[in-house]
Amino acid sequence: MRYISQLAAVLAGVALSGGAFASDITGAGATFPYPIYAKWADAYKKQTGVGLNYQSIGSGGGIKQITAKTVHFGASDMPLTADALAKDGLLQFPTVMGGVVPVYNLRGVGAGAITLSGAQLADIYLGKIKKWNDPALQAGNKGVKLPDQAISVVHRSDGSGTTFIFSNYLSKVSGEWKDKIGQGTSIEWPTGVGGKGNEGVANYVGRIDGAIGYVESAYAKQNKLAFAKMVNHDGHVVSPNQDSVRAAAAGADWQHAPGMYMILTDAPGKGSWPIAGATFILMHKQQASAGDAKEVLKFFEWAYANGDGMASDLDYVPMPDSVVKLIQSNWKEIKGPSGSPVY
Amino acid sequence: MSAVPGVHANYDDLAMSLPRNGVEPPGAQLRGRWKDKAFEWLTRFFALAVFSILAAILASLVVGSAASLEQYGVSFIWRHEWNPVKEQFGALVPIYGTLMTSLIAMLIGVPVSFGIALFLTELSPAWLKRPLGTAIELLAAIPSIIYGMWGLFVFAPIFQMHVQPLLIDTLGRVPGLSVLFEGPPLGIGMLTAGLILSIMVIPFITAVMRDVFELVPPMLKESAYGLGGTTWEVVWRIVLPYTRVGVIGGIMLGLGRALGETMAVTFVIGNAHRLAASLMAPGNSIASALANEFTEAVGDLYFAALIELGLILFVITTIVLACSKLLLMRLARQEGAQT
Repeated sequence: MRYISQLAAVLAGVALSGGAFASDITGAGATFPYPIYAKWADAYKKQTGVGLNYQSIGSGGGIKQITAKTVHFGASDMPLTADALAKDGLLQFPTVMGGVVPVYNLRGVGAGAITLSGAQLADIYLGKIKKWNDPALQAGNKGVKLPDQAISVVHRSDGSGTTFIFSNYLSKVSGEWKDKIGQGTSIEWPTGVGGKGNEGVANYVGRIDGAIGYVESAYAKQNKLAFAKMVNHDGHVVSPNQDSVRAAAAGADWQHAPGMYMILTDAPGKGSWPIAGATFILMHKQQASAGDAKEVLKFFEWAYANGDGMASDLDYVPMPDSVVKLIQSNWKEIKGPSGSPVY
Repeated sequence: MSAVPGVHANYDDLAMSLPRNGVEPPGAQLRGRWKDKAFEWLTRFFALAVFSILAAILASLVVGSAASLEQYGVSFIWRHEWNPVKEQFGALVPIYGTLMTSLIAMLIGVPVSFGIALFLTELSPAWLKRPLGTAIELLAAIPSIIYGMWGLFVFAPIFQMHVQPLLIDTLGRVPGLSVLFEGPPLGIGMLTAGLILSIMVIPFITAVMRDVFELVPPMLKESAYGLGGTTWEVVWRIVLPYTRVGVIGGIMLGLGRALGETMAVTFVIGNAHRLAASLMAPGNSIASALANEFTEAVGDLYFAALIELGLILFVITTIVLACSKLLLMRLARQEGAQT
């Protein structure tokens, strides 16, 4: 008898704690923006009670899941071309921008002490520059004591939009890289070890003395890794921070980009960070359920309006207002079963 | 005949109730027998289910890898490129990594397991047997991803700072072995993955070995001791031959785990699609390649190549099992032979 009353109490407690019965929205994809999506989702849930379930499985996974319609939206750091979008009936829009930062671990050499050019970075990753005290590196780093130590290259082992942005940049600055390797979310690395996720790369670089790797700027900041300065398209030395990523995005012409396909690497401009990129959301233009699509768009509208501060805290660069207006006008292309726009 | 239908007082009664010469037994026993029949069909169904699941997995692997089988045929096994951008794939590096890490795991794991089992059955004081046995079993219960994380965060740094430089300085100077110890000490790599795997397979092999060692009739061992055998002689010549089926079964169990282990290996193998002779170098195994790249694979050929890797692992495991059966058959034939 006592057991039954206890059971009834537990069930009543569970039922009453249900809360708002709003449906949760699901998304999957890039690890690059995962920190900010998680933060936004948390704040949004506190405010409206609608939860967002985001699985950071990588850009390729995100593209696959949205094409298979298993999630409400997909996230990818690698933008799809207008043709690919048309093939699957997808709409693409950017949410935040960020920088990919080369990080290193050298005893006695602090953050920002080393400056690299794009060509040098490509040669390191091609395996042509094997030691830290190579004359090519020494030339750009006068005054820094570079040790006679092998460079341990670290890259991503899983498919990644961060890799896409990085390899896209290397293809632009090194003809040899473009011919031999090319760009993609998953490429054939000539040398180095692979870490799983931005976290894996950050971990390896932090532990291996003499390592160099590339991570998204938020991970570099949070793991307190030493970052390298870079020589940008115009020949100026820049540090990776909010201003330099914003400068890289400043000249971008979103209006005329077909399907909002835009890659921000090697951008011109005095203070532009060379390895920047936006991260994109993919949604189907023809939605089976207007309600779900509306919830997703409501979330992103809230994020554009209220999420800028949170994004800046994590070292992402929010989209400029003019671009947000453009994005929101593009949302009219998302139609429900009745044929009318959902939002 | 028993008083209660379906219940048999003795063996003869039971025998009387079974059909003889194709004639069904009289009335009352039949009602009790449907339970037997049902049980027989149920177990037959489970056995067939296992077969059909196996066949279904094999079929789906073959169908899934059709594009890659068509493109490369058998040459997939010895191609070493892995270029998703240019869509060139080859399984040599993952196959080598899988076999190498499993080999290292077995080379270290089997003697250690044998030693532990020997100690537990022959040499240890009675008060130590139970705690030690439990500790070994607890090792088996640890989830493999914990091994991976422990390997990456605790084992790899120690390995990198102390053990690898030592190995490079000592064994790396020996003329024939130096090629195995080339390269900077990274902490992660083939050797680390092999070591973590060996720690993971030791509990399985030890548990099986200990159990079969304890099954050896004491009379046999006592006779050997009585004839003047040392502990080692008794173990090597009496206990091991008697238990060889179980021992080989245990080793195969461990090997099966080592071949398929995913998360622990992914964390510490370094995920580099390159062949290197050195044990210090990073590599890749089939399971970790699948774990890393499967969710991301965009493109039919990439996808099919990954599934074909899975098919190859399936085939490797089958070959290993077949070899173990052959080995057992060969040893059985030697039984009773003149020594």
